Amino acid sequence: MTAPGSASSNYATERETTEGRVFTVTGGDWDTITGSIDPLSNEKIVVNMGPQHPSTHGVLRLVLELEGETVTEVRPVIGYLHTGIEKNLEYRNWTQGTTFVTRADYLAPLFNEAGYCLAVEKLLGITDQITERANTIRVLFMELNRISSHLVWIATTGMELGAISMMLYGFREREYILDIFEETSGLRMNHAYFRPGGVAQDIPESAIKKIRDFLVYMPKKLKEYEALLSGQIIWQERTQGVAVLDVTGCLALGVTGPVLRASGLAWDLRKTMPYCGYEDYEFDVPTATTGDVWGRYLVRIAEIRESLKIVEQALDRLKPGPIFIADKKIAWPAQLAVGIDGMGNSLEHVAKIMGQSMESLIHHFKLVTEGFRVPPGQVYVSIEHPRGELGVHAVSDGGTHPYRVHMRDPSFVNLQAIPAMAEGALLADVIAGGASLDPVMGGCDR
Amino acid sequence: MSIESTGGVPVNAEPVGADIDAPAQVPPNPQKGMFGIHGTGDVSGFGGLVRRRPDVTGSPKPYGGYFDEVTDALEEAYPLFADAIEKVVVDRDELTLHVKPEKIAEVAQIMRDDESLRFELCSSVSGVDYLNSDARRLHVTYHLTSMTYRRRVRLEVAVPVDGAVPSVTSVYPTADWQERETYDMFGVIFTGHPNLTRILMPDDWEGHPQRKDYPLGGVPVEYKGAEIPPPDQRRVYQ
Repeated sequence: MTAPGSASSNYATERETTEGRVFTVTGGDWDTITGSIDPLSNEKIVVNMGPQHPSTHGVLRLVLELEGETVTEVRPVIGYLHTGIEKNLEYRNWTQGTTFVTRADYLAPLFNEAGYCLAVEKLLGITDQITERANTIRVLFMELNRISSHLVWIATTGMELGAISMMLYGFREREYILDIFEETSGLRMNHAYFRPGGVAQDIPESAIKKIRDFLVYMPKKLKEYEALLSGQIIWQERTQGVAVLDVTGCLALGVTGPVLRASGLAWDLRKTMPYCGYEDYEFDVPTATTGDVWGRYLVRIAEIRESLKIVEQALDRLKPGPIFIADKKIAWPAQLAVGIDGMGNSLEHVAKIMGQSMESLIHHFKLVTEGFRVPPGQVYVSIEHPRGELGVHAVSDGGTHPYRVHMRDPSFVNLQAIPAMAEGALLADVIAGGASLDPVMGGCDR
Repeated sequence: MSIESTGGVPVNAEPVGADIDAPAQVPPNPQKGMFGIHGTGDVSGFGGLVRRRPDVTGSPKPYGGYFDEVTDALEEAYPLFADAIEKVVVDRDELTLHVKPEKIAEVAQIMRDDESLRFELCSSVSGVDYLNSDARRLHVTYHLTSMTYRRRVRLEVAVPVDGAVPSVTSVYPTADWQERETYDMFGVIFTGHPNLTRILMPDDWEGHPQRKDYPLGGVPVEYKGAEIPPPDQRRVYQ
């Protein structure tokens, strides 16, 4: 840009009059002229969105540089929910670890537990000894959890884009799933239900009946959601062509899960690197090709349908049998049961260790206070989390406590894509794009 | 007044305070902190036994599975293979290549680009502190995934406390935040990283919390104008 009034300007001459500055224009560079007379044209505003903001899914802070309504730069700032879960794990025994990791991504607690337990089991070399019933229960509960996590996604994203009633419906249906979890594990969230070696206790008949009812109930509700959102012009305008990220961008930034599948790559660890017996289930991997928020919406709705299919198959496979590994050096001795005040040792087990068998008491005491030893080494296990690849890198030095556990949380990695999706777009699309990544800060910051 | 000691417990020790004609003193209480807790205790599960960490030794060929194909392809594509790869370890069905720190970015580049390797996705970058192992106690692990061949491999580098590792962000942009986290938690410097700042801890934090010689302890917290000391420094009630 040529400085106004400079001698070298070929485009316009100017002179001062009593009316103000007057240009004599001979054609050409109008930007120079408008730029020199409008001091507001290149004003930039820096806005802090968050860490306390209803549309940032928790304590995410976005430092936005705006020119008018256009976003020129986004810098995500995280760490506001860092709770030191990985450090704390090193001071507890391997079984207690599930209680910590379940609190990382609080919308998908069972996935955190599953990833961690699979890693510990791989370290112990007992992956093949996990009973069929335990694996089936794990698949069943992970898929229910995937549905509940996706429901929260639809609920909150609907709310952020102006469909408030969607929020009420999404949370209503999620509550149904949380009831199933509560009936089985004693807790609505943060279950610590999966343990290294199996699951903490068996599913009661009443919960199975509830799941059967849910399988009838949920498809109807899904149709309602689609009737509410898919044809709605505001929803379409807010999502179609917004926050586009293609396969190249996803792979470079490490983005996995529904966001990657919405850009066309059918990468789902349940299919490509199966675990917990997923290879025996019949289901499809839904994809879209648009790579925008709309595509991610379609993929997630379709994934709920696929999860319902898996849940139904898992229920049919559920044959009576042990839910914990047979090896008594690892299996939790207490027969845990859900009472009116939550989960605890069953009365029969308490009667046995306190009244009948001194050896049982010693065994219980040693295993519960000290835990089991895990041979030294390191493993990396990854599972398909509702948000992408959840990796657990567990290192043992041969002791009863983890030496190091790192969780590669999909929220953490996917959040790096916000600048790529939002820069150059409008401020309102930052909300849509950020929401479509479905970040959960508990998992991101750990 | 000295008491002859034969190396054991002094049997004829004068009571404390007897020499200065003062009332017997209460011996200093070695305990501190809430409920008498000092430090974080022995949480190793070894009950005070000395831990010996077995050396990680290289595995003999053939490695089995796809591991031979991966190492052979890398050896073919990378002329400096023998120099850059310190050892190859196969454990629990996982392949680990221990790489010289200064070579990690080159190796990552070939792992991503070579037709027969194709590790397109860098799943995870994180650190492990092997305190008391040797001088190169900080390890950085890279978990690469090949979507084409559905394979995984782990690259591992070891550096001393003030050591540096070339950043792989130019090869895998996704490593950006993960390297920042590894720097934040372990203090490993990634040279060539575009913006190596703390990510989870506050910017002015001192120390690197995931190191093994960093205690679990706590920090004082200000609440409604009063400073609350961390749990291990609060007054003792007993």
